[in-house]
Amino acid sequence: MDEGKPVIAVTHVNRAFGDKTVLKDITLQVNQAETFGILGPSGSGKTTLVKLLTGIDEVTSGEVTVLGVRMPKLAMLQQIGYMAQSDALYTELSAKENLEFFAALYGLKGGNRTRRIGDVMELVNLQEHLRKRVDQYSGGMKRRLSLAIALLHEPPLLLLDEPTVGIDPVLRQSIWKELKALNRKGTTIVLTTHVMDEAEKCDRLAMIRDGVLLAADTPAGLLQATGTASIEEAFLCYGGVRR
Amino acid sequence: MRIRAITLRILQQFIHDRRTMALMFIAPLLVLSLMSLVFGSDAYEPRIGVSGGAAVFSSALEAEQAEVTSYADEASGQAALKAGAIDALLTMKGDAPAIVLEGSNPAANRTVIMALQEAAQSLRPQAPGGGQLQPQISYLYGAEDMKTIDRFGPIMIGVFVFFFVFLIAGVSFLRERTTGTLERLLSTPLKRWEIVTGYVCGFGIFTVFQALLISWFSIQVLGIMMTGSFGYVLLMTLLLSMSALTLGTLLSAFAANELQMIQFIPLVIVPQIFLSGLFPLDTLPLWLQRIGLVTPMYYGSEALMDIMVRGRGWSDIAGDVFMLIGFSLLFMLLNVLALRKHRRM
Ligand SMILES: Nc1ncnc2c1ncn2[C@@H]1O[C@H](COP(=O)(O)OP(=O)(O)OP(=O)(O)O)[C@@H](O)[C@H]1O
Ligand SMILES: [Mg+2]
Repeated sequence: MDEGKPVIAVTHVNRAFGDKTVLKDITLQVNQAETFGILGPSGSGKTTLVKLLTGIDEVTSGEVTVLGVRMPKLAMLQQIGYMAQSDALYTELSAKENLEFFAALYGLKGGNRTRRIGDVMELVNLQEHLRKRVDQYSGGMKRRLSLAIALLHEPPLLLLDEPTVGIDPVLRQSIWKELKALNRKGTTIVLTTHVMDEAEKCDRLAMIRDGVLLAADTPAGLLQATGTASIEEAFLCYGGVRR
Repeated sequence: MRIRAITLRILQQFIHDRRTMALMFIAPLLVLSLMSLVFGSDAYEPRIGVSGGAAVFSSALEAEQAEVTSYADEASGQAALKAGAIDALLTMKGDAPAIVLEGSNPAANRTVIMALQEAAQSLRPQAPGGGQLQPQISYLYGAEDMKTIDRFGPIMIGVFVFFFVFLIAGVSFLRERTTGTLERLLSTPLKRWEIVTGYVCGFGIFTVFQALLISWFSIQVLGIMMTGSFGYVLLMTLLLSMSALTLGTLLSAFAANELQMIQFIPLVIVPQIFLSGLFPLDTLPLWLQRIGLVTPMYYGSEALMDIMVRGRGWSDIAGDVFMLIGFSLLFMLLNVLALRKHRRM
């Protein structure tokens, strides 16, 4: 894909459930090979926005394009690795069976499938637990397995909804290292979080509150614009404590 | 490829979940065994046709609570008997009466013979030749030693297969939604019809074994009467499971949790059982009988009765076979549409 063209373009998007508007006139762009963070308090509309990007959900008005294609589009799902906020795993199956199932859905076959399963499980540090049943996994282990599944088919775009919840700091750091490595290989990553220190690691950051996009810039740019010392303060400055 | 992945996954889930597997295989056998032990019989008003000289019995039979219909000749009486409009046909062979019983309902057989004997007793003084009145008895279907379970058996096989498959398929599809895996599936390039077809294949393989086991057990172990082809019994059981499976997964779209799925039992399963022919339908109001015609179980029981009791073949069950295939396809199609609620493409 050509340089300069955004991987994701969201233009004047509204999403309403019944008469409740959850996303209000959101416009933003995500560039290739960057980590784009969506930061916002609980209920601000992060998950709703991510679902619009996957194409599972549809906008009420406005437009979402991914890799130049207007969403929703079934064929684009092959290009996206999605990690939902809640772990969607078959708990009565082993990790291996879960991975094999999703690998098959994405069309991975034979040796390639086995190799990828080994790779992603190593990446999330679960290789010794490959044959364990998922209902014997801890919360953090399930989270990591979900991430592994999202990475399986080497998609050029990753949409991760709160990927590091319940993961300890050491492992979180190693996961961030891997995400950055994927960035270098050209993978675009969009993730949601409400952890401030994690937000600082993103290349660019969007802040939403009550479905309104407050700002979208690099962390440094946000600090500069608000004249604050931390992302947390910047967020408060944009949100409630408006001067 | 993707359908195969879903099929395989469902099989793996079953293998890991022994208890559900047991429910699907063992529970129907248990209940069927119990039924075959327990079933008694109940009062029934027989419908008897008379033709020719046998008309002299009419009033005496009516006095015994029988519903009597007169036929101009034996042939039209035979036709009515085959069609199931009457339970027995009384004719005169020379000066001795002869009765042919339809035979598939043991309760009806018993009451017909009893009514006839009572009627013969009351007619004795007027009859010529005294002892000549003991009628010759023959059966169109079934046999003298047919038990109540032999009539209920075929319907019950249908009922239990339908019940368990409906519930298990419905709940597992529902859990796909409540645990978020459905949304996860819909975030892969899987098409909606592939999900539905995958489910049909995965459960289909299980229902083949279930159908085999239940049919074999009912016939060989419980000794339920079986005059037709085992292959056809298997086919009907399987088709009935298919319609239960597709209906269960469809209706799970309208349930928010497992308990709401259970609530479909009195709404969807029980009425079907009542209208399936287990109990005589003729006494029901016509609109209620018509409702039976839009339920899969009606066709399944009908065909299983035809095969097992009446020993009938393809030409008689073909209509039921196509109806059940039609139901399954319709439910699948509706399910693909219902999934639009979760992903429009
Ligand atoms: N299907 C739905 N129907 C109605 N309202 C919904 C639906 N999904 C989300 N909402 C509403 O939209 C708002 C935003 O929800 P969303 O899940 O996007 O929040 P979030 O930012 O992801 O929160 P969290 O950090 O807690 O995950 C909430 O007020 C929620 O009640
Ligand atoms: Mg969320």
